[in-house]
Amino acid sequence: MTTETLIWLIPLPPVLAFFLIVLFTNKNKALSHTLAVGAAFLSWLGSMIVFARALGVEHLGEQPFESSINWLPLADIWFRIGVLVDPLSAVTLFFVAWTVLMIFIYSIGYHNYGQPEGEHDHKGLPPHGATVEEHGHKHVVPSVEPMYSRFFAFIALFAFGMYVLVVSDNLLTLFVGWEIMGLCSYLLIGFWYAKESARDAAVKAFMTTRVGDVFMLLGIVYLYSVTGTLTFREIFTEDILHTLASVPSGFLGFSAAGLIGLLLFIGTVGKSAQFPLHVWLPDAMEGPTPVSAMIHAATMVSAGVYAVLRMFPLISLDPTTMSIIAFIGAFTALFAATTAVAQNDIKRVLAYSTISQLGYMIAALGIGAYVAAAFHLITHAFFKALLFLGSGSVIHGMEHGVLHTGNHHVDPQNIFNMGGLRKKMPVTFWTFLIGGLALSGFPLVTAGFWSKDEILADAFGHGHWWVFTTLALAAFLTAFYTMRQITLTFLGEPRTQEAEHAQETPWTMTVPLVILSIFAIGFGWLGIPEHFPALGGLIPNWIHEFVGGTLAEHPEAVEFNILPLLTSLVVALGGLYLGWLTYRGVNTPAEDAWQFPLLKNKYYFDELYTSLFVKPAYWFAETFIYKWMDKAFIDGILHIFDPLTNGLGSFIRNYFDIPVINRFFGDGSADVTYWFGGKLRVIQTGRIQQYLMYALVAFIAIGAALYFFVFSM
Amino acid sequence: MTAEQIIFLLVAFFTLGSGFMVVTTRNLIHAALWLISTLFGVAVIFALLDAGFLAVVQVVVYIGAIAILFIFAVMLTRKDMRDQGPQMNRNWWFGALISLLTFGGLYFLLQGWNGLSKTVTEIPSGFDAVSELGNALVSPDAYVLPFEVASVLLVAALVGAVYVAFNRK
Amino acid sequence: MVPLSWYLILAAALFSVGLFGALSRRNAVAILLGIELMLNAVNINLAAFWRYGNVMNMAGQVFAIIVFAVAAAEVAVGLALVISVYRQRNTVIADDIDILKW
Repeated sequence: MTTETLIWLIPLPPVLAFFLIVLFTNKNKALSHTLAVGAAFLSWLGSMIVFARALGVEHLGEQPFESSINWLPLADIWFRIGVLVDPLSAVTLFFVAWTVLMIFIYSIGYHNYGQPEGEHDHKGLPPHGATVEEHGHKHVVPSVEPMYSRFFAFIALFAFGMYVLVVSDNLLTLFVGWEIMGLCSYLLIGFWYAKESARDAAVKAFMTTRVGDVFMLLGIVYLYSVTGTLTFREIFTEDILHTLASVPSGFLGFSAAGLIGLLLFIGTVGKSAQFPLHVWLPDAMEGPTPVSAMIHAATMVSAGVYAVLRMFPLISLDPTTMSIIAFIGAFTALFAATTAVAQNDIKRVLAYSTISQLGYMIAALGIGAYVAAAFHLITHAFFKALLFLGSGSVIHGMEHGVLHTGNHHVDPQNIFNMGGLRKKMPVTFWTFLIGGLALSGFPLVTAGFWSKDEILADAFGHGHWWVFTTLALAAFLTAFYTMRQITLTFLGEPRTQEAEHAQETPWTMTVPLVILSIFAIGFGWLGIPEHFPALGGLIPNWIHEFVGGTLAEHPEAVEFNILPLLTSLVVALGGLYLGWLTYRGVNTPAEDAWQFPLLKNKYYFDELYTSLFVKPAYWFAETFIYKWMDKAFIDGILHIFDPLTNGLGSFIRNYFDIPVINRFFGDGSADVTYWFGGKLRVIQTGRIQQYLMYALVAFIAIGAALYFFVFSM
Repeated sequence: MTAEQIIFLLVAFFTLGSGFMVVTTRNLIHAALWLISTLFGVAVIFALLDAGFLAVVQVVVYIGAIAILFIFAVMLTRKDMRDQGPQMNRNWWFGALISLLTFGGLYFLLQGWNGLSKTVTEIPSGFDAVSELGNALVSPDAYVLPFEVASVLLVAALVGAVYVAFNRK
Repeated sequence: MVPLSWYLILAAALFSVGLFGALSRRNAVAILLGIELMLNAVNINLAAFWRYGNVMNMAGQVFAIIVFAVAAAEVAVGLALVISVYRQRNTVIADDIDILKW
């Protein structure tokens, strides 16, 4: 099978799984997850084969795997869509396929497949335990998720959307995949739809990303109107890029390329939860943890960065746009990191961490560090997915404890209720630790170190001082809050009964953790800079070579400088140490010095947006449109018609219908007939002789008439 | 004026006179008797027309049965033996007018018909009217069907008359 | 040589007389008498036309026979009815039998 055909087929198994599950296997849990995991596996297999083949091609950037078809007939040309695998999409396929497959397998265990159904479980609410009789005494065990198949259907659809986005060769199908993922994000955040908080979070996510998407669509449309094409390879030609850079857009002095880049970037701001559209991501933690891992760590939010990476040749044409991007990225990185420090929910910390790390990537792109951004994207996907799945495992363990003690007021997600879990859940602990160290950038042995270091080096090397300092500070905070989280969760002694009774999770959950941690450790070694002391040059900087080949001009490796390396070592190790030191003695939120209200309440952004946007929208809808326009104005007009038509109807009824139709025609004809009958009936005397006489008279008369007029005389 | 004509005129006047008396006599028994004489006159007319069978049937059936039937009916429907009241109803003059008009009309119609003054043709010799009539009545090519229907009609009338006049006591 | 017209006029006159009787007599039996006269007039007509037309064609006489039968039937039924009415109403005056009126 040719590679191109294979690429076309990669998105297919998950969407087939979606339809099959929705239409046929909804009742059968085993069949549903088999279909979904099977589909993920097939796509993974396809992606691996394509990746392997891609590795074998020299100069893949110049001769990518591409295939397109005529799709939409327009006047005299066809709009084409197709698939494209160049180095960027190849590596993206790689990490998407791995993380998706791991998360699918993880979901089987997460939703407690094989466990009995809970007595009080409702569809739409998270399951909370089934009572089983064992050896004479009852205890509560985790129960299977009632909407099990639905979950797998949705994540299969989501995987389809992501694959479509990655393999597409034009902005339109990229946008289609983008929107499919937005839909699935909504469906999956609001998976437990009976919870009001989940419903609200789903709507918030969709609304916020929609704001970004509208601008992105504007950008796509503007691009099409200027260039007449949306296919990447056609846009990124010398002529088109030159045209875009020189045509003024008429908006604030931006060139067309700048404006398009800015608009497309706003889409990324929404999708990748950058400031100011970041508010949806922490609330999106309402969804089940596999959702958080997949959509909000590894794939969907990465799609935003991928889109910027993809359009880099266009976006990089305008320096103003690039500065804006760098600023937003760096600001978000620091801003989110400060918020993460004060969060107590294990998933919220990771959510803000995601926002922060995405800010890193965006900042890297803003300063032109294409390869570094791509590298960090890949490593982040692995270790963030690992961290989220690990947190899900922790929550599962804590829930086990909650079911054991029966105390449902204990929040299994609050890190202050945990502690000492390293002894109870060893596999989870070690894999989480690896992920956390990777996130912090622990030197040498974690992938995060290599990718983060590259960004810092690029920032320093090209003289972007502000970006450099901001990112360094954010890195320090990252290490700090990561260690805070690990210390409070796993180290020390169990702070509650529930933590005391926590248990390790089944193999379907721990095996994916182990596999992802391998990548979290090892993947970084593919990007060791050439001039790195001691290690540089041992393994060629494959990432730089391979991914860098995507761009028309192969980016230069930045000069090696000891300063950024030292900085990253200091911030990483320092942050980790300080975090451990501070929190090993802390047992309650009261003792936590970092619980500033401003940070805890996320800088009151939600409240700000509510009063700025949400409340006015409600007012507009409820008062202006509903009360004034609809009820008063439109209904008022209609109410004018009521007496009019009523009056007209009564008039017609009383003055025409009743007297003329009823009385004159109806009753009148009856009365006339009656009167005639009354007059005529006297003929009927009952006397036959009279009848005979009448008959004879008539006979004579008719006979005479006939004789004289018909039978002519 | 031939002998035939004289005989005809005599019989005609006799018949008409009897007929007139039938419809004007106050006494119903007299009316029935006058009917008998009228019918007799009609039988003679039939004989004059060489319809011998018809003449005999007229006498036997009409006079012998129907007129007798009338006498029975008259006798059965009398409250007492006397004749009561006028025999003409109130509008008898209108009836007279109509009958005159009818006669006038018929006469008038007849005047317009040119075959009126036909004279009688000789009956070919050997022509037996009765046997020919008998053949006509029972021959399938001729009039057996009306004949049978007439007999059915008589049966129906018989049954009907018996049923209607039956005296359930 | 009696012309056909004489027979026809005789029949017409007899018919009119019978008609007069049927229209003007009070007694129901007398009405039937009038009807009998009319039927006899018809018979005379038929026989005359037979004789003065094609003598070989027996249709005229056959028709007259049928009229006899009909007249007999009608008289029988009619008188039976009159008798029955007389038994019910104790009257044979036609004008008094007028229930079928408005």
